Amino acid sequence: MFSLYARRRFINGLSLTISVLAMAFGLFWLGWILWTLLAQGLPGMNLSIFTQTTPPPGSQGGLGNAIWGSLMMTSLATLIGTPIGILAGTYLAEFGQRGWLSPVTRFINDILLSAPSIVIGLFVYEVYVVRVGHFAGWGGTIALSIIVIPVVIRTTENMLRLIPNSLREAAAALGAPQWKVISFVTLRAARAGILTGILLAIARISGETAPLLFTALNNQFFSNNMNQPMANLPVVIFQFAMSPYDDWRSLAWAGALLITFSVLTLNIVARVMFRQKANTH
Amino acid sequence: MSTLLRDNQLKRQNLLDILFRNVTRLCAFAVLALLVGIIISLVMSSSLAINEFGFGFLTSSDWNPVTEKFGALVPIVGTLATSIIALLIAIPVSFGIAIFLTELSPQWMRRPLGIAIELLAGIPSIIYGMWGLFVFVPIFADHIEPWINDNLGQLPLLSPLFLGPNLGISVLAAGIILAIMVIPFIASVMRDVFDVVPSLLKESAYGLGATTWEVMYQVVLPYTKIGVVGGIMLGLGRALGETMAITFVIGNAHQLSASLLKPGNSISSALANEFTEAVGDLYTSALVELGLILFFITFVVLSLARLMLYKLAQREGRGA
Repeated sequence: MFSLYARRRFINGLSLTISVLAMAFGLFWLGWILWTLLAQGLPGMNLSIFTQTTPPPGSQGGLGNAIWGSLMMTSLATLIGTPIGILAGTYLAEFGQRGWLSPVTRFINDILLSAPSIVIGLFVYEVYVVRVGHFAGWGGTIALSIIVIPVVIRTTENMLRLIPNSLREAAAALGAPQWKVISFVTLRAARAGILTGILLAIARISGETAPLLFTALNNQFFSNNMNQPMANLPVVIFQFAMSPYDDWRSLAWAGALLITFSVLTLNIVARVMFRQKANTH
Repeated sequence: MSTLLRDNQLKRQNLLDILFRNVTRLCAFAVLALLVGIIISLVMSSSLAINEFGFGFLTSSDWNPVTEKFGALVPIVGTLATSIIALLIAIPVSFGIAIFLTELSPQWMRRPLGIAIELLAGIPSIIYGMWGLFVFVPIFADHIEPWINDNLGQLPLLSPLFLGPNLGISVLAAGIILAIMVIPFIASVMRDVFDVVPSLLKESAYGLGATTWEVMYQVVLPYTKIGVVGGIMLGLGRALGETMAITFVIGNAHQLSASLLKPGNSISSALANEFTEAVGDLYTSALVELGLILFFITFVVLSLARLMLYKLAQREGRGA
């Protein structure tokens, strides 16, 4: 009897120790990666990173054009993807009780949420880049907005479902038409959560590389022209990191540091400021 | 007069209602159209390769742009091998993390630790790739691969898997980095499904004298089995489609080999490396067909994952 008891205690102790180790294992990689980024990226961080354009190998330069291109494409993609996502999420949560469209859409959307982003790049290449005949900033923007939409749909629907029905009923009882109930009562009540989803979507697309490779490609110069190839941080990091030149590599590390810390900050802000649960994976 | 005005008002609001409903429906429909569009465009642009190679594409390990002979076997095997390695490592670790977060951790630490693990998922995959290439791979080549060669390489049946050059860049290294990337996905789904287990169940088990491990393994795990498998499949879906991290460390070698220590290729990294430089319609078309295969595999895996998670959610809804 005693030995069985001791054995159970032992197994319990062992497995719980392993579980603590597993947690430490996860945090260990996070710590190691962040430390590497700081150690390698900080020396290269200075003002010229933001003001100068990407240099040819062997000369001084910065990442200004890439940062600018990333900002342009990310913000335009968010502007395109967010309204579509919010409206579709609204349909799923508010009108989707009957019919086949909403269960099917919900299912497809959950799949698109984790679909390989490189395939989305391929898709945009086929339907946009091939048609216009050259790589262009708009292509990158379209690809990124396709990634934004599912994230926003998922959070919008989740957040709207948390709104108690009594709110909707109260507004309807005052004689408000349905579109007013939804846009001025329920969507408003859910806006903090929806904003969380948008922030997470921005965080997700700012690090995406694969869909930009075939769409926006790269550009050595500052450019506002969305119809031309456009520099962007992830592709520049990819190109520079794979190169044999030391100054390119140190720029790549600086860019990596920049991108990681902005993405992580967005993530933390999204999760801490709005403590609701936003399930986006 | 006033009734007329009210009628008009009512009519206008009605019209706006219908408009609003249909605009939202159109947007929901756009998601479906997007999926159909992706499938159609991939099938259309890969039709050249599909006609040329037929089903032989899936079983041929040729990849020769000069003679225009293409086969998908090497990248398919690479994609599956890296994903399986990733899951073998990630499943037990994620289970441990989920146990820690739901049962062991003090209440005040749960949220910060949960966020920290989720941050691991927030790091862009290109960063994993860079870090993998410049930091992990050298260490892997100098310290871990010789050990694997000396120890695992001597095992009777498994030795072909673990014998190889100490290059660092290899299928195994790619799998390990992939594991780090999917841990947060699997762990957070596991934690979420463990959280829905009614406390009554757990308390009854504890009341009968069960240890924490027994409660987790014999009560919580069977209860949430479908959800856990769903989470694992979700992680698998992520692993299959992951591009940049693998591209850096897998070596992009079109060669079939039993050894996990040799460089290989995966579908996504073949696309990332070769697509913009592909010359000739057949080459491009073969690459698109690779993308189509990848999309098909992930679609099936992710569908199964979602169906399982929905099933768990339904059971929860019935109050089981």
